Amino acid sequence: MKKIQKREFTAWLFLLPSFVGTLIFTLIPFGDVIRRSFLDAMGNQFVGVLNYKNVLQNGAFQLAIKNTARFVVTCIPLLLLLSLILCILIVGRKKHGDFFKATYLFPMAIPVASVVLLWRVIFDKSGLINEFLLSFNMQPVDFMNTSKAFYVLVFSYIWKNTGYDMVLWLAGLNGIPTSLYEAASIDGANGWQKFKYITLPGLRSTLYITLVLSLINSFKVFREVYLVAGDYPNNSIYMLQHLFNNWFLSMDIQKMSAAAVMLAVTFLLLILLLSWLEKRWEGDYKKKRRLTHKNENI
Amino acid sequence: MKIFKVISTITLIVTALIIILPLCMMLGGSFMGEDEIIQSIGKIYGLSKAEVHWRIIPQYPTFQAFIELLLDTPQFFVMFWNSCKQALLGVLIQLLVSVPAAWSFARFRFRGKKIIFMIYIILMILPFQVTMVSSYLVLDKFKIMNSHLAIIVPIVFSTFPVFIMERFFKAIPKSIIEAARIDGANELQIFFYVGIPIGLPGIISAGVLSFLEAWNAIEAPLTFLKDKSLWPLSLYLPSISIDNLGLAMVSSVIVMLPAILIFLFGQRYLEKGIVASGIKE
Repeated sequence: MKKIQKREFTAWLFLLPSFVGTLIFTLIPFGDVIRRSFLDAMGNQFVGVLNYKNVLQNGAFQLAIKNTARFVVTCIPLLLLLSLILCILIVGRKKHGDFFKATYLFPMAIPVASVVLLWRVIFDKSGLINEFLLSFNMQPVDFMNTSKAFYVLVFSYIWKNTGYDMVLWLAGLNGIPTSLYEAASIDGANGWQKFKYITLPGLRSTLYITLVLSLINSFKVFREVYLVAGDYPNNSIYMLQHLFNNWFLSMDIQKMSAAAVMLAVTFLLLILLLSWLEKRWEGDYKKKRRLTHKNENI
Repeated sequence: MKIFKVISTITLIVTALIIILPLCMMLGGSFMGEDEIIQSIGKIYGLSKAEVHWRIIPQYPTFQAFIELLLDTPQFFVMFWNSCKQALLGVLIQLLVSVPAAWSFARFRFRGKKIIFMIYIILMILPFQVTMVSSYLVLDKFKIMNSHLAIIVPIVFSTFPVFIMERFFKAIPKSIIEAARIDGANELQIFFYVGIPIGLPGIISAGVLSFLEAWNAIEAPLTFLKDKSLWPLSLYLPSISIDNLGLAMVSSVIVMLPAILIFLFGQRYLEKGIVASGIKE
């Protein structure tokens, strides 16, 4: 018994610096934020859900939520599909596979600030893309100052994240035992059948984790928006972070607290939902496999 | 089947070009003289009437902009130094704190471990916007708003590296640790002589990922640093573009360099780190 206690003590010694820091700099302050989200501006009167109501009815908040949701819903399927395709194209290549992988991963290392200038050169009203369009007698598009700014973001996000997601997919693919493919070949399965019945089900949990990580990264796209378009961008790319910055400038702690709590809850619920879906899918898959096995035995 | 292979190769090459081209353009641009830059892209900024175009290899390559930046732009050094202080110092202290924490999670059983680790994962997942207010409140309380510490402290207590390194430490075979214990090593010795050397790839992975993130910081300095003389390059850069395009180009390339070096040196670790971040709990 004493030995176990001593081990527990040692464990805590290792953990302590990190845990105390997290407690002081994250957990306790966040608790305070939850508390403040129910108080008035002076911080001593309980006002119930008033702050939440104010935030939800705020026009800028609705716009930011709409844009953020639109961005996530557009980009993530696109990114997942693109990176999966590239991953499948790369996976069989012994010779140049590593070269392509490194190339696709490269943008992840590039600071946003370094490419902002270039994005302007490419997407500006008189930029490279529009020169190109003009040379085909097509209408130029003002990407930066109209609702088309959204597409600049989509491009930027995908440019930056494709390699990251591809590496995740590759790890998932490598986790599928090759014996399954060999067995399928013996049974006479073609490439598409193998993909449908072995690869896709085998990538289930990779899909889940890649989805979650892409979601996290999609919230970082504010960097591009901010550096390209500043504090007040076109309405189509007004993101949650802009709203928080503006509330921050006016020191509207109440609204920020309520919005932060709601954002945290939404985020966690979303991830719980995804994880639940993934588990259910896995259950379905196992059940199906068991059934087919039974049939074979008969 | 053969045609399939050809199409796939072409797709891969075209994608690689799309990804790499912007970087080559920046690199080429940094060797252009001010005149050539204005000739090429001045129209965007209303400085020239010529159509926008871009040569990857400049017509009149010159070091002019580099020299100007290194000799005549003292504020550039201030910003560069700010970036170094915030990112490097932040990541170094972060590792000092989070390596033992990851070791504790990976190697010990203690009451509350599951729930604490869960909290660490949640904190790692939440976007900056969620913790922005709480961070502000606590930084303000400790009177370190508007100082380098306001950027460094949140980096130090980020839980992401703990999560990454825990995966690596957990993968160390138990037999090795048992062997060390039988040889009479105590917990501290096991940590220093077995854990750190064998888990080193994990530590480097976490360091590389954290550094790239910190070097690219925008949100935190924008909110926590009022004083522009404290800003890191990543935030300061866009504001020089209008005054001096040549300088902007060169500084963009210089900002990229540390990140590129880290990438080239640590690409293997970066990959391992990404894979580790994708291992499900």
